[in-house]
Amino acid sequence: MAEAVEVRKVAQESGEFEPKIVAFLCKWCSSAGSDLAGVSRLQYPSNAVPITVPCSGSVSPIYILSAFNKGADGVLVSGCHPGDCHYLKGNFFARRRIYLVQKLLQFIGVEPNRFRMSWVSAAEGTKYAQVIADFVKDLKPLGPHGKLGAKR
Amino acid sequence: MTRRTGVFVCHCGTNIAATVDVKKVAAELGQDEGVVFSNDYVYMCSDPGQQSVINAIKDHDLDSVVISCCSPTLHEKTFRDTSAAGGMNPFQCEIANIREQCAWVHKDKAKATPKAIKITRAAVKRVRRNESLTPIGVPVTRKVMVIGGGIAGIQSALDLANAGFEVVLVEKQATIGGHMIQLSETFPTLDCSQCILSPKMVEVSKNPRITLMTSSEVKSVSGFVGNFKVKVHSKAPFVDPEKCKLCDDCTPVCPVVVPNEYDLNLTGRRAIFIPYAQAIPASYTLDEEACLGLNPVVCGKCKEVCEAGAIDYDVKPKVTEYEIGAIVAATGFDLYDKGYLAEYGRGKYPDVLDGLQFERLCSASGPTGGQVLRPSDQKEPKNVVFIQCSGSRDPENHCAYCSKICCMYTAKHATLYQHKVHDGQAYVFYIDIRSGGKGYEEFVQRSMERDEVIYLRGRVSKVYPSKGKLKVMGVDTLSGKNVEIDADMVVLAQAMVPSKGTAEAAKTLKIGRDKDGFLAEAHPKLRPVESVTGGIFLAGAAQGPKDIPETVCQASAAVSKVIQLLSKPELEHSPTVAKVRDSHCTGCEMCVDACPFEAITLVNGKAHVNEVLCEGCGTCAGTCVRAAIDVKNVTQLQIHEMISACMGG
Ligand SMILES: Cc1cc2nc3c(=O)[nH]c(=O)nc-3n(C[C@H](O)[C@H](O)[C@H](O)COP(=O)(O)OP(=O)(O)OC[C@H]3O[C@@H](n4cnc5c(N)ncnc54)[C@H](O)[C@@H]3O)c2cc1C
Repeated sequence: MAEAVEVRKVAQESGEFEPKIVAFLCKWCSSAGSDLAGVSRLQYPSNAVPITVPCSGSVSPIYILSAFNKGADGVLVSGCHPGDCHYLKGNFFARRRIYLVQKLLQFIGVEPNRFRMSWVSAAEGTKYAQVIADFVKDLKPLGPHGKLGAKR
Repeated sequence: MTRRTGVFVCHCGTNIAATVDVKKVAAELGQDEGVVFSNDYVYMCSDPGQQSVINAIKDHDLDSVVISCCSPTLHEKTFRDTSAAGGMNPFQCEIANIREQCAWVHKDKAKATPKAIKITRAAVKRVRRNESLTPIGVPVTRKVMVIGGGIAGIQSALDLANAGFEVVLVEKQATIGGHMIQLSETFPTLDCSQCILSPKMVEVSKNPRITLMTSSEVKSVSGFVGNFKVKVHSKAPFVDPEKCKLCDDCTPVCPVVVPNEYDLNLTGRRAIFIPYAQAIPASYTLDEEACLGLNPVVCGKCKEVCEAGAIDYDVKPKVTEYEIGAIVAATGFDLYDKGYLAEYGRGKYPDVLDGLQFERLCSASGPTGGQVLRPSDQKEPKNVVFIQCSGSRDPENHCAYCSKICCMYTAKHATLYQHKVHDGQAYVFYIDIRSGGKGYEEFVQRSMERDEVIYLRGRVSKVYPSKGKLKVMGVDTLSGKNVEIDADMVVLAQAMVPSKGTAEAAKTLKIGRDKDGFLAEAHPKLRPVESVTGGIFLAGAAQGPKDIPETVCQASAAVSKVIQLLSKPELEHSPTVAKVRDSHCTGCEMCVDACPFEAITLVNGKAHVNEVLCEGCGTCAGTCVRAAIDVKNVTQLQIHEMISACMGG
């Protein structure tokens, strides 16, 4: 425990810690929103690598745990705004599931802030850039994530 | 698993190459397991670029390719076609988006390049487990439903019928015609609205291919593009249109008077009524809500006097089910509620009218036979103030958008008024004049110069009754002076908002609406008449404020899209649908409940996917605790490997 705090402190002070993020984006809204951020040439940190999925509702909790297990410091799931799902109600499932994932992470002692859900529509390029920038900023003080990482 | 994958990295001129070291991406990926060819090229989507993909597929015997370039929304189709031309199954091609999601949003090459490598590697991992798929063929029903019988719906129905399609036209009200039938004359030519619309309405009623359902609404829609099942609810037709002789014997005996919607409550009507003489269908209607009572019959006078025997109080509402291939939503607009406009009296002052009420006053078929008279005392108003942008272009308090047509109809109103009341004066308060359109600017200029309408650039802060007049407090920003006018009548050009029926229809059809509630188009520029749901198209003011010429254009455009869709004998449905692993399925039915499309049923205790209904959203996969269901080519195994790639593994 003390060791982990120490690692964090070092990481914070040297200012070098760059959190690794996996971003699950639904194809119709958030991926399109991230495309718009690109078309608008908005700049945001390069920490998040996007994986486009058909719908935020298809993101299984296992994906999120898997990302942490494989070394992610943060995981983002981004979908259409509630009520605007391309598949009508997929994102309602996502929303419900996300609540459970948050509880689960809390239960196993992972900082809940390492996992985030956002609603970004195809028209919200600015919001997407902001979501990533904020997430990176909020992850930095947490330092590297070690809890669920596989010992390799 | 030995695969032979090719990786093609695009420079996109310097769009990608300026921030991503494309050669490095190609070189690194070339080292990956199963990648037998990798290359970079300045414009992969150009003819030589595509040809290089085809050649590589053939020369290196590739069974899968990854194109690392722009967003798949742009060129996934291009490169899948290219792959097919090279003799590969098109579903063995995946796109890695390193432009919009990488090169364009980062400046530092040292950071963007590793990210581009991760994105590309994830796509390589994915494609290695892709199945070769063939689109699913689905038969189509060559029948179209048009919802809303305004000019948008009428034009759509006629165009479709004339192209040989069967049409069901569903209208909520007792007659078709929409708002256009309420207008007096139309800008910029001042031709009479009734005279140009009524013949089209008659055509609708006479066309054997059009089934007209008035006093009807769509209650449910199931199915999918090419094969919808639509249930239409119709109110009970107490008056049989076939028997009604339009003699008008029934109305004088009816004891009930309610406001007449067609005249925007400027007049009254009976419970049994015809909306207006030229209504289609040409028949009287009994308004059940206004009637004193039908169950049991309280009054019964209309039936007593009807010699044609057209009235039957015992008919019941009915539900009709149709099989439909495509749907055009043309549910129109309403005016922004005056009740929200506190500064203009919230609709409480009788002589503060809305634009449509003023149309009725100007119309020869209107309550005053075309004379402009004040509703409060039936006197001719000598000073009339028109207030544009009432509720439009006011993001703080009302609608943020411009309603687009009000500048034109206000110029029309002021012109018509000056023509009718020679010693009167029309004033128009405006923010700016937006008169784009053929002959539109000239029309506005004429109203100012020839008809001497006074235009004042500024907003009106308040209207209130004072000594039998309406005090209008405004400002003229050009002279910088406050303006006070003692008006006899005020006409508000309220914002155009999506009709209540539009919200209802969007819900039933499950199509999106934009931030202002108008029906959302699939793409604002390139797909303006399609909704995002396959087979559902948009026309008219339900999609956004527009005038009649634009409405007609959009209706005909929507029809051309419908014809495009229904002229093929079969539709292609994407084969990336869900697939069940029977060995893992426990029949728990979580996926059955989760599926938004009712595509999953339990067969012999295992989940079974109807591939035609499945849209491939994967909500089932996200729900299944046993990982027994997957969407083809985005399987859980593929996602796990993509995650590894994103983490640098
Ligand atoms: C004051 C005023 C003056 C105007 N003057 C002019 C002019 O001079 N020139 C010009 O070009 N344009 C003018 N316009 C604009 C013109 O009225 C519109 O462009 C036109 O009416 C739009 O037609 P529409 O069919 O899209 O909608 P609408 O006319 O609103 O028709 C929609 C129809 O759909 C029906 N409906 C709604 N919901 C449902 C549902 N759920 N199910 C079934 N049916 C439903 C409605 O009852 C209605 O019949 C004017 C508009 C106003 C307000």
